[in-house]
Amino acid sequence: MKVLHDTGVLLGRSMRHILRSPDTIITVLITPVAIMLLFVYVFGGAIRVGTSNYVNYLLPGILLIAIASGIAYTALRLFTDKQRGLFARFHSMPVARSSVLWAHVATSLVSNGISVVVIILVALLMGFRSSAGVVAWLDVAGILALFTLALTWLAVIAGLSAKSVEGASAFSYPLIFLPFISSAFVPTANMPAVVRAFAENQPVTAIVDTVRSLLNSAPVGNEIWIALAWCVGIIVVAYFFAMRAYRQIA
Amino acid sequence: MADSAIQVNDLRKSFKATQVLKGVDFEVRRGEIFALLGSNGAGKTTTINILSTLLKPDGGSASVCGFNVVRQAEKVRERISLTGQFAAVDGILTGRENLVLIAKLRGVANAHKTADMLLSRFGLRDAANRRADSYSGGMARRLDIAMSLVGTPAVIFLDEPTTGLDPEGRLEVWKTVKELADGGTTILLTTQYLDEAEQLADRIAVLHGGKIIASGTLDELKKLFPPAKVEYVEKQPSLEDIFLAIVGQNAGQNAGQRESK
Ligand SMILES: Nc1ncnc2c1ncn2[C@@H]1O[C@H](COP(=O)(O)OP(=O)(O)O)[C@@H](O)[C@H]1O
Ligand SMILES: [Mg+2]
Repeated sequence: MKVLHDTGVLLGRSMRHILRSPDTIITVLITPVAIMLLFVYVFGGAIRVGTSNYVNYLLPGILLIAIASGIAYTALRLFTDKQRGLFARFHSMPVARSSVLWAHVATSLVSNGISVVVIILVALLMGFRSSAGVVAWLDVAGILALFTLALTWLAVIAGLSAKSVEGASAFSYPLIFLPFISSAFVPTANMPAVVRAFAENQPVTAIVDTVRSLLNSAPVGNEIWIALAWCVGIIVVAYFFAMRAYRQIA
Repeated sequence: MADSAIQVNDLRKSFKATQVLKGVDFEVRRGEIFALLGSNGAGKTTTINILSTLLKPDGGSASVCGFNVVRQAEKVRERISLTGQFAAVDGILTGRENLVLIAKLRGVANAHKTADMLLSRFGLRDAANRRADSYSGGMARRLDIAMSLVGTPAVIFLDEPTTGLDPEGRLEVWKTVKELADGGTTILLTTQYLDEAEQLADRIAVLHGGKIIASGTLDELKKLFPPAKVEYVEKQPSLEDIFLAIVGQNAGQNAGQRESK
């Protein structure tokens, strides 16, 4: 089918961009791995999380940080295509308009999927162990994909409406920071009341707790529904505004 | 009708309060080079964007190869190519990869062969495997135009193809445009420069104040103005003549090789 063919060709193009820009790979992989090393080997001894394996505790949050920094580049790629007139070029060709946008979305899903796998492999070397079965792993993959999709649509809005390179990626800074005020590094129970209230009611905590439970074969409880509601809610709202921004560019 | 490639009737377009096109009419015949001449902000890009289906008009109608640009946009896109005001090349890909990309999207049977052919034709063979970001302005523009030729569209839009180029790059683009037209392609180009329209176009339309205020061949346009007085003056070389004499006479032929160093 023409739409799939075109999306595939354009996906190949963006993946080439990623392979050719070392800073994308460094920021998206090395930074989360460095944070993981720092927390496990430097701060880890002082952190009490109720399990003996801190890597197990930490990994879900690290994965979310990697995804949040990955989508900054999604926004950047969209901005560059707009700036360089490539959207105009593709849109004046017999190429489905949706292919042009979905290729960017697919690139985001594929590249973040790769970073997630690489970081899990590094975590395995650092002592991460999981008792999860195939179904639980598939659930984890699904939730992470939904989280990536949610942030990707936010990135589309940012990339298409930005006026400068900085503007295109600045929106991701607060997203990268969110895991630090959540249950990703330490349990929320010991946080001061105000911080704790924020931490327990923002999406990262629900997602991190769900992924952690799934990986440790623990019951997930209500958290999974809260996590899904956040992801789906963000996707619906962000998709609406992203399509509006997309219609406004030539 | 049969030999008309582009027809524009009473075309209107406003951006919020500003009325940019106030009823533009013109017709481009098959195989000719037609220049839309207008100063900065006259609405040239707006017109081109409507014709290349990127923008919807508020009123009037436009058709390309007999297909309405609004109702039959898909058919129009199969027959046109847009070379926008700024070279729309993928800077991270090489010249060859840019061409192959467009060839694949246009469903050209042999994408790599098409790319190689165009690279030779535009003097970009030596630079084919370098990232487009490393190209000079003239080279990027040539790649840009080469990308527009993939799949041999019937109509090509060139929006200010030489703005921002040095005199050498300008001459290269002129040469390319003339060759294209010799091959039978219909070309609608926009320009702010009288001499460019004079050099390239079979017919010229002047866009001013949202309307076409004059159109026709150069000779027809000249008749609209008072006859020229004959005076004898000593001809001083223009700055362009001097520049070109210093940088080399055969700018057009081997510019590709020199620039790709
Ligand atoms: N997307 C837009 N929104 C608002 N105003 C625009 C837009 N595009 C063009 N204009 C305005 O329309 C006028 C004509 O622009 P344009 O077609 O780009 O002129 P030209 O290409 O002849 O220089 C200018 O005054 C410009 O500021
Ligand atoms: Mg313009």
